[in-house]
Amino acid sequence: MITRAEVEDFLYREAELLDDWDLDGWLALWTDDARYVVPCNDAPDGDPSRDLVLIDDNALRLASRVERLNSRKAHREYPHSTTSHQVSNVRLRAMEGDELPVVAEFTVWRFRGERSTTYVGRSTYRLRIVDGELRIRSKRAVLAMGSLRQVADVAIIL
Amino acid sequence: MTVTDARTDAYVDDDRAHHRFRVHRSTMTSPDVFALEIERIFGRCWLYVGHESEIRERGDYVRRPIANRQVFMVRSRSGQVKVFHNTCPHRGATICRKDAGNAKVFQCFYHAWSFDTEGSLVGVPDREAYGDGLDFSALGLRSVARVESYRGFVFACFDPDVVGLVEYLAGAAEYLDLIVDATGDAEIISGTNAYAIDANWKLLAENSIDGYHAVPTHDTYFKYLTALGTSLAGGVAGTATGLGNGHAVLEYRAPWGRPVAKWEPLFGEDAREEIDRLRADLVGRHGEERAARMADTNRNLLIYPNLVVNDIMAITVRTFMPVSAERMEVTAWELAPRDELPELRQRRLDSFLTFLGPGGFATPDDIEALESCQQGFRSGGVEWNDISRGMARDVPQTNDEEQMRAFWRQWASHMAGDL
Repeated sequence: MITRAEVEDFLYREAELLDDWDLDGWLALWTDDARYVVPCNDAPDGDPSRDLVLIDDNALRLASRVERLNSRKAHREYPHSTTSHQVSNVRLRAMEGDELPVVAEFTVWRFRGERSTTYVGRSTYRLRIVDGELRIRSKRAVLAMGSLRQVADVAIIL
Repeated sequence: MTVTDARTDAYVDDDRAHHRFRVHRSTMTSPDVFALEIERIFGRCWLYVGHESEIRERGDYVRRPIANRQVFMVRSRSGQVKVFHNTCPHRGATICRKDAGNAKVFQCFYHAWSFDTEGSLVGVPDREAYGDGLDFSALGLRSVARVESYRGFVFACFDPDVVGLVEYLAGAAEYLDLIVDATGDAEIISGTNAYAIDANWKLLAENSIDGYHAVPTHDTYFKYLTALGTSLAGGVAGTATGLGNGHAVLEYRAPWGRPVAKWEPLFGEDAREEIDRLRADLVGRHGEERAARMADTNRNLLIYPNLVVNDIMAITVRTFMPVSAERMEVTAWELAPRDELPELRQRRLDSFLTFLGPGGFATPDDIEALESCQQGFRSGGVEWNDISRGMARDVPQTNDEEQMRAFWRQWASHMAGDL
């Protein structure tokens, strides 16, 4: 039995790794069959196999994203933004096989140069226990904003 | 075309004798230039509104801002594509209040006047209060002055005296043909990239057809491709061409795979046979030469002033509007064959997302480059941008800047009031 407190600790750990820009540490939280999806603002139910989404990373592309952001040549994120990933309203759903669906609200503050931007939305995770540790099998971050006009891009990881 | 207006001479310095082409940086920063652009360029050019596939059924509509004005495009009861100003002819409220949908009637919520999809006023509460003198037929929805469509791409123009769309598109029409013929029954797929850049809109016009920046700016993308087994040894050799009326195209060898129809390791071994079949189909329909052009070459097409159709690792349709001299709003879609087989669609989406879009491996760095230029302009000290690359060459290359000069020459003519 996985408790909400355990899940919250895990999600806070994820947020801390992202805010510390320890992206290799963050990548280690994922299972080998990882899937990280961010749908377009106007198609929150978008199916990445059929519709255009903003991000649809499998394990390979997720690793490439991390390598890129670590490289100093991801110009939009070099130098890196200062971010604060905030997670709340954590809800555990019923286990589905060996996966635990979790829904949480997020707010990500991003500060870079003179600019401050905020991403608000809801993440749906599917978590799995691997070698006794919680791991992320999938994460789908649905943005509440109607467009990206105020934030320009999704160059950071939500 | 010789620019004689002293003011525009001060903006664009086209010195062919010395192979020097310069653009004054005030074109990127001045509110006066911006105001004149809205009047003379966005008020007089054909502007992209949307794609017919977005309003396939009668009553389908999409709401769009063009040149900072709210309009909406609807498939009328009789099957025509209509583009209306989004304002009630009665007292002004916006009529279409959702981004997309289907309607038989548009009713203004303010006083409940209602209009059919042809734009006719069909309902006025308490009509008898108006007596017999008022001509209700003159109080229908107001269409944008000119609306025309080419191969599914719908354009509108606020100037009733503009030349026809085909004449306006000039050499760009042939490139739209090539893209549409290769795609077959094309549709804009669900999901919109709607973002903004704190930079002058002309920086994105330049960037969208800029071969010179690709290797230095997008190093991480090329590394990603190489890591997955794509050979970049063949380079991106090709040509840059002005197509008339400010339109321009880069056409060059694709180092990456193309869903129609060039295989690469990223697509996986399983895909080889399908891609071969797609290619054979293209050859059958269009002949060897045209099929090879469709499959093996990329096209970055700029339709002046603000539509980009990039037929690269996938097809993106992108339009951008200035909201001030130093900010633009960008809206982009993906064009794909309708009813594409799921595995082909997946591959196309993969191909798109690795490079394109605000969450891709390249677009964020373009946004950074453009904003960085805009910040650089504010630093002052340098008055002119240099856009001379390749000016001394007979056949300009992809990484030259001839295509940008074509854009700027048209821009200067418009701003001088010559067009």
